[in-house]
Amino acid sequence: MLLTVEGLYKSFKGVSVLENINFQVDQGEIVALLGQSGAGKTTIIRCLTGLEKADRGSILIDGQYLCKEENAESVYPDKATIYAIRKNLGMVFQSYHLFPHMTVLENVTLALTMVHKMSEEEARDKGTSFLRKLGLIEKLKAYPFELSGGQKQRVAIARSCVTNPKLLCFDEPTAALDPETTKDLAVLIRQLADEGMGILIISHDIPFVEAVSDRILRVVKGTLIDRENG
Amino acid sequence: MSYIVKVLPQILEGLSITLGTFIITLVLSIPLGAVIAMCRISKIKMIRSISGVYTWILRGTPLLLQIFLIFFGLPILGIQLFGRLASVYFAFILNYAAYFAEIFRSGIQSIERGQAEAATLLGFSPLQVNLKIIMPQVIKRTLPSIGNEIITLIKDTSLVYAVGLAEIFKIAKSISTRDVTIIPYLVVGVIYLLLTAIITKGINVAEKKVYYEE
Repeated sequence: MLLTVEGLYKSFKGVSVLENINFQVDQGEIVALLGQSGAGKTTIIRCLTGLEKADRGSILIDGQYLCKEENAESVYPDKATIYAIRKNLGMVFQSYHLFPHMTVLENVTLALTMVHKMSEEEARDKGTSFLRKLGLIEKLKAYPFELSGGQKQRVAIARSCVTNPKLLCFDEPTAALDPETTKDLAVLIRQLADEGMGILIISHDIPFVEAVSDRILRVVKGTLIDRENG
Repeated sequence: MSYIVKVLPQILEGLSITLGTFIITLVLSIPLGAVIAMCRISKIKMIRSISGVYTWILRGTPLLLQIFLIFFGLPILGIQLFGRLASVYFAFILNYAAYFAEIFRSGIQSIERGQAEAATLLGFSPLQVNLKIIMPQVIKRTLPSIGNEIITLIKDTSLVYAVGLAEIFKIAKSISTRDVTIIPYLVVGVIYLLLTAIITKGINVAEKKVYYEE
């Protein structure tokens, strides 16, 4: 199993946001967390990526614990281990968060050279090949402000995928897309899953998640309900 | 005209102090300001508080007062700063660092948190996030404000006359008193205008270099 979340709890200033969240994502599987705004979907994904620390519960990513429950508390490993685990994760944010001072190619290759210590040339080749695959070959030298919403999202996907993560998370991926681009995105996500990547989508877009997901879990007021059973 | 030609070399003798104060303040107060800015947004409350009080005092009192306090006050406390110039540099650096700190702090806080989060998830270390992602954007956003401060700084260097240093303004004042004419003041005004014109041009070039649309 690529991702296993067990008994996850999270509260902010005493207000419970997540309660006993349990789910799994397998290799090549597309799982969607569906729920209304404020249901706790984003908090789940932020806990998975380590951007928020869980209060209780365990998160196991590709055989390594991002956090493990001990004495009713989530215990985290040292920073180096968290960094190593994060290398298995990619995240496409709702507002993409592309780096505005860099070109499309630089956005995609920076992590390769700075984090994965790849040579400039190797990184450029790999980045270019990813961007070609995503139909952005003509935008290599463009800056984010020159791109449409759908193009920005594909750059964000390329930036996350280029480091070969095993699990890719999408936060509200269709929030700013038109119906045509949404269809293209569904095809792309399926392609990535077919290549073996585990995909976790959080969304409130029911038609989209129904079209693209293998499994849909409903998030209601911080708890998780298996849609088929719920 | 012949009078201007006569007094100009005398006035320009003070340029080394004017430019020296300007360059040393600029070179040292910008990095110090960046450090104070990081302290202002530190997660540790005590560091935030101390740096907050620092900027409040340094921005809340006149630079001239600070120059006097450092020049006359520190020797009373038994601290010798190797002469007038060092006292002046010290006061200018502390004062301008406070202003630059606030400019940098507002610049850093204007960058959406998601930028740093996206970089962190790509595996960047906190130092890499700051150097490669945050700082280039902060520089671009704060450059106009930094430019204003730099222009104010060149004009503020005239304050050093208060502790007897012969910069261009003090020399012009002496000549004006001696010859009973305001022409030296006009000459010094033109020198300041030329200096600010050069600085403005430099800032414009820098702004163009780091420009990108958001």
